Amino acid sequence: MSEPEHSPDHALAVETVGLTMRFGAFTALDNASLKFKPGTFHALLGENGAGKSTLVKCMMGFYRPTDGQMMIDGREVDIPDPRAAHALGLGMVYQHFTLVPSLTAAENLVISREDAPTIINWRAEREKLDAFMKTMPFKVPLEQPVNRLAAGEKQKLELLKQLYLGRKFLILDEPTSVLTPAEADELLGMVRGMTQSGALTAVMITHKFREVSAFADDVSVLRRGVHVGSGRVGDYTHADLAAMMIGEKTIQQSAERRGEAGEAILSVSNALAPDRSGLKTIDIESLKVRAGEIVGIAGVSGNGQMELMEILTGQRPLTGGRIEVEGRPYHASRREARNLKVRYLPEEPLRNACAPKMSVAENIAFRTFDIDRAGKPRFWLDKTAMTARGRELVDAFKVKTASIDSEIASLSGGNVQRAVLARELTGEVDLLIISNPCFGLDFSAIAEIRARIVAARNSGTAVLLISEDLDEILELSDRILVMAEGRLVYETTAAAADTNEIGAHMTGHE
Amino acid sequence: MSADITAETPAKGTSLQLGHILRRAEPIIISLIAMLAGLALFGLFLLAVGKSPITFYELVYKAGFGSAFSWQNTLSRAAPLLLSALCVALPARLGLVVIGGEGAIVLGGVAAGAAGMYLPGLPGAIGIAAMMIAAAIAGGAWIGAVGAMRHYRGVNETISSLLMAYIAIALMNHLVEGPLRDPASLNKPSTAPIEAAYRIGEMPFLGTHWGLGLGVLACIACWVLIDRTSWGFAARIAGGNTRAAEVQGLPVGRLVIGFTALGGALAGLAGMMEVAAVHGSANASLAAGYGYTGILIAFLARHNPLAIIPVALLLAGFEASSGLVQRRLDLPDATVLVLQGFVFITILLSETAYGRFKLFRPDEWRRK
Ligand SMILES: Nc1ncnc2c1ncn2[C@@H]1O[C@H](COP(=O)(O)OP(=O)(O)OP(=O)(O)O)[C@@H](O)[C@H]1O
Ligand SMILES: [Mg+2]
Repeated sequence: MSEPEHSPDHALAVETVGLTMRFGAFTALDNASLKFKPGTFHALLGENGAGKSTLVKCMMGFYRPTDGQMMIDGREVDIPDPRAAHALGLGMVYQHFTLVPSLTAAENLVISREDAPTIINWRAEREKLDAFMKTMPFKVPLEQPVNRLAAGEKQKLELLKQLYLGRKFLILDEPTSVLTPAEADELLGMVRGMTQSGALTAVMITHKFREVSAFADDVSVLRRGVHVGSGRVGDYTHADLAAMMIGEKTIQQSAERRGEAGEAILSVSNALAPDRSGLKTIDIESLKVRAGEIVGIAGVSGNGQMELMEILTGQRPLTGGRIEVEGRPYHASRREARNLKVRYLPEEPLRNACAPKMSVAENIAFRTFDIDRAGKPRFWLDKTAMTARGRELVDAFKVKTASIDSEIASLSGGNVQRAVLARELTGEVDLLIISNPCFGLDFSAIAEIRARIVAARNSGTAVLLISEDLDEILELSDRILVMAEGRLVYETTAAAADTNEIGAHMTGHE
Repeated sequence: MSADITAETPAKGTSLQLGHILRRAEPIIISLIAMLAGLALFGLFLLAVGKSPITFYELVYKAGFGSAFSWQNTLSRAAPLLLSALCVALPARLGLVVIGGEGAIVLGGVAAGAAGMYLPGLPGAIGIAAMMIAAAIAGGAWIGAVGAMRHYRGVNETISSLLMAYIAIALMNHLVEGPLRDPASLNKPSTAPIEAAYRIGEMPFLGTHWGLGLGVLACIACWVLIDRTSWGFAARIAGGNTRAAEVQGLPVGRLVIGFTALGGALAGLAGMMEVAAVHGSANASLAAGYGYTGILIAFLARHNPLAIIPVALLLAGFEASSGLVQRRLDLPDATVLVLQGFVFITILLSETAYGRFKLFRPDEWRRK
């Protein structure tokens, strides 16, 4: 293999030829041949678990494909590891951030270089960096420590880092999932600008059709590891793309709302707790959720939603006030949660609700491993029952996994979500507390999960839905509250909801 | 594609089984290779100081495993090592790295010695039980405190357990030289010798004391606890992701303290066995470094209590040979420590080897 001495100076044409990736008996990517034309912005669509991340990880050398080749500018190349991919000018921006939080943007850029000198001459580097920044169509504050930057700026810096490193083919794996719509538009606009000027070829994995039609030139769709089609974005309607993604399957229709709200199940009064920074106070004067209703809490991220979730899951002790479930004091112990039938669906379930290295079956057993069928505590594990139940729920909730003994961390994001949902929604549930349930999910998974939430509501479950996605709140809630600066500042019924009014309260400009 | 599929189907059953076996073999083979690499590196070290590695390993074999007598020596050293390795392996299942088992051993020994001294004249079994309880409480409280500080105050358990081991050793010295000293112990301050009825005897056929039996039983029991009970499962959840365990309402604090205290109690029992079966009284010989060797054993065994049994035997053999090696090769006593250091480093390095070898991923073999 001959590695080029210098990074290429033009947008790359990249092609995969029959890429196949198997994990055990499971084929995550099946003979995928895709073409990415130089200087285009290419969107890669597919359901959760379709193999999008697997495809790009093969391209970047994180996985060694079971079969197939890669071509760059018409020549066959071998990419045994990410370093080789970088040397060829291939780069990747992830959903999560990879910057060193305590260093400044400038420091992050310089140390990320593979040829970073052992002793760095900062003055010289700074001059080079400034010269580089002049060639860039957008700016990022270089002197601030990265942890003080907003999510949008961090993601811009990730992009800038790739350009600084001379990458000419850039993969973005769900780059906007942590951004607000405005931040997302700005970032994608920049990428589009770079591709149009011929400096870059970009591939973006996304679940948002809006981003595809607004920014991408070409689109490719994967379904269950198979490449089912590619073409100009303009040639497809959203319905066409959706049909290509899901195939024969029909989308879950949102369940109709039935029944009236009953008695209050959850009631929080005058609850006080410090926020993450320890400087501000979360102050929930009064929050009631009744049986058979969905109460949505809207708000811009970082206004205390995460802390509220922690308060309700017992991870953040109260300094005042009380929480009651069905009229009884509630501290989120295992016994209370079980007796009062309280279940949780935290955001980013792999980080907050799973043990990543334990198996799918074990993770599904988290609620039930210590009780027997009659609900009596048990000391000995019943592994046979655990496996059987794991199988049953994996089938019932259509969790795609190589085997129920696979580590849950090996599942795609949507399937982790389904597995956790299977665990939390099985059995009787009186109170369901949910945070950002549709983060990173494809539209059919979203439809299915929302349908399950509405179905739970119809069967009399009290649902508290904390979400940063206002559309989700508007679609699902019976009653809407707005959280700002750690307080609930506004309440309205769904019927009377006015988006402008809610938006104004979210940003504190009422 | 279709040809591919038909070719695969018949072999599937066997290949699944083979895959299972190979995946399980991965930690064993990697640890073995790492250990051999450590031994080889140590051989180079011996060459560098002008000794023959071949003679060295021959001597180790002879003195550790070569004869009935050497086996006896090895087995009686293995007893405390089994228990002290559990003091590392149990907290490790909760994601804690506790390296201060030595402290629990010495305090367990002192507590046992004191119990023997202050409760004379009981029937043997009751006296022994009292000594065991005292030792388990002392060791359990010591390491349990490490867990409690970690959970409630966020104190790093690795550092605190290590520092507390030094405190424990100082405390032991203070007690056996002061309040608990038997005036008759002149040049080696000790507690009063325990009564003959409280001494622990030998196991049949093995020529070693019952500490070995206790250690093996404890390893099996700990494996059952972790792998087969709901407490062990809860501990694995908490070790795998504390946040998830909290959201599930699991008593993370109680699990952390319980598992660290159990590990400490077992290490305390190791000290008790040293007193009741080997030394006959508590004195400075309790701080023989078993706690530190236990760390190496637990890591070599990847914190699997069953794997601790063979690994402890092997390392006990190394330790048993140290005297002979010292005399024959004219090497200092610390040589065995250097050897252990080499092996420890290669074992830690081998952590990076997991998932890199296709041998253990049979599904990926079919590549052109
Ligand atoms: N390391 C692995 N071991 C076993 N199976 C894996 C592994 N990585 C991925 N898979 C499986 O391959 C399939 C494709 O996963 P992949 O992460 O590529 O999906 P995706 O299209 O990126 O989905 P999402 O939109 O949810 O991110 C999934 O079913 C997943 O369970
Ligand atoms: Mg993905």
